[in-house]
Amino acid sequence: MIEEIIVSGRMNPEIDPYLHVWGWEIPFYLFIGGLVAGILFFSALYTIRGKENEYPSAVKIAPMFTPILLGLGLSALLLDLSHKLYFWQLYTNIRWESPMSWGAWTLMIIYPLTIVWSALWVKDVFPKWNWRYQWLEETIETIRQYKRQMAWILMVLSIILGMYTGILLSAFNARPFWNTAILGPLFLTSGLSAGAALIMLLSKTTKEKHLFARIDLMLIGTELFLIIHLFMGLLAGTQVHIEAAKLFLGGEFTNSFWIFVVFGGLIFPATLEILELRKIKIPHYISAILVLFGSLALRFIVVDAGQASRWLY
Amino acid sequence: MRYAMAIDTKKCVGCSDCVVACQVENNVPIGHCRDWVIEATSGTYPDLSMEFRTERCNHCTDAPCVRCCPTEASHIVDGGIVLVDANECIGCKACIESCPYDARYIHPEGHVDKCTFCIHRVEKGENPACVSVCPTKCMYFGDTDDPNSEISQLLRKRKWKTLIPEAGTKPNIYYLT
Repeated sequence: MIEEIIVSGRMNPEIDPYLHVWGWEIPFYLFIGGLVAGILFFSALYTIRGKENEYPSAVKIAPMFTPILLGLGLSALLLDLSHKLYFWQLYTNIRWESPMSWGAWTLMIIYPLTIVWSALWVKDVFPKWNWRYQWLEETIETIRQYKRQMAWILMVLSIILGMYTGILLSAFNARPFWNTAILGPLFLTSGLSAGAALIMLLSKTTKEKHLFARIDLMLIGTELFLIIHLFMGLLAGTQVHIEAAKLFLGGEFTNSFWIFVVFGGLIFPATLEILELRKIKIPHYISAILVLFGSLALRFIVVDAGQASRWLY
Repeated sequence: MRYAMAIDTKKCVGCSDCVVACQVENNVPIGHCRDWVIEATSGTYPDLSMEFRTERCNHCTDAPCVRCCPTEASHIVDGGIVLVDANECIGCKACIESCPYDARYIHPEGHVDKCTFCIHRVEKGENPACVSVCPTKCMYFGDTDDPNSEISQLLRKRKWKTLIPEAGTKPNIYYLT
C-alpha cells in the first residue's frame, strides 16, 4: 500500500515540516556533559589508586577545567529553554520518571563538587596560589584529608552524568532513532574517550600520554562495537526503526556520520594512536583533537537524526 | 471518567472548520494550531481511497509527555485530560520530543501549548469548540467510562482505529472507519 499524507492547516514553527525544537544547545551540552564526566572519572580513578603525582594532568590539571566547562554547558542549556525565567521550577520537583529531572539534580550536585575538587588541587597546579582567607585554606585542607572518599563519590556521579546524556535521548519512544538503550553506554564511552583525549592534550610526560592513548584506544574499540550494535538493533526492529537506521545507511546523515564520526573521530585517530605507541613520531595532539571533534559531531548528528526519525501513520 | 473523542472519517470532508473554531475559542497565536486536518490517500492509482482526519493531542492514558516533564507542568486532570501549566513550564521541549503525534508547540510566550479538549467548556457541560462547530457532525465527545454515552455506543457499534497504537501511549482519539 502506498500512503501519501497531506497535512493542511498545521505549520507550527520548529515542528513542521521537520521537527527541530532542539538546536545546537542540547548537543553542545551533551558533549560538555560527557567530557566533564570523562575528566572527573579519570581524575577520581587515579586519586583512588594513589597516582596523583604519576599522572598529574589527569588527576590535578584536567579537573581545573570542569567548573568552566560545566558553566558553559549549563549556559547552553539555559539558552535552550524557551521559558527561561521559570527554570527554577526544575528544583521544586523530583520526577523519577523524567531523565531531564535526573539530569537537573545530578548537575545540581556535581557542579559544586567540581569546584571543590579543583580547589583541592589548585596549589599543586599553581604553587604561588594564595587563598587569602585563612578559614578557606583550612576548610580546603580539611576536605583534602577525605579526597579518597570524595573521589569515590565523584566516580559514581561521573558515570551517572555520562550515562544520562544518552538516556535523556533514549527515553523518547516517539523518536525511533533515539529509542535504543545503546545510546546510554555509547555516550558514556564517547564521553570517557573525550576526557582521555583532553588529558592527552594537557599531559607533559610520555608515560601519561601513552597510558591515555592506550585507554583511549580501548574506548574507541568499545565505541565502534556499540555503534555496530546500535545499527544491528535498529535493523532488527520495526519498520520505523529500520527507517531510522536508513538515515545513516544511504540517507541524509550517511556522509556526515561515517566520515566525521566513525572515520575522522574514531578510526583515524585510533590508527594515529597505534602508530604513536609503536614509537612513530606523530604529534599526539592531532589524535586528541580528532577524538574531541568526533565526540562533538556524534552528539550533533544523533540529536538531529533523532528529530528526523518518526513514527509513520 | 474518561473523556475521549471519536471522529467519523466517513463523514469528515476536511473543511478545517474545527481548526478555525479552536483558534478563535482558545486564542491560539497566529501561525500556530492545536488541531489540524490530514488528507491521507492510500492505494495505487487508479485504486485509491482517501481519508480525512482531524487530529489533535490524543490525551493519551500513558502520556509520554507527562512522564518526561521535569517540572510536572504537563499533567493529567480528572477525566484524563492532559494539560500544560504555563507557570510551571520551563520550555525545555522534552514533551515535544516525546509526543509521537507532534501535537505540541512552543507558544510565542515561551511555554509549551496544546489542545486542552476545551476543558473550560467541558466543565460547563458543553462540547469542545471543534466538536460543536463541525458542519457534518462527524465529531463526538464524551465519557468512554460511561457505557450509555453516545461515544461508548458508537465505539461498540462501529469499527474504529487509533493512531500509532504501537507507540504504546493508549491514545483517546478514535477514528470511526
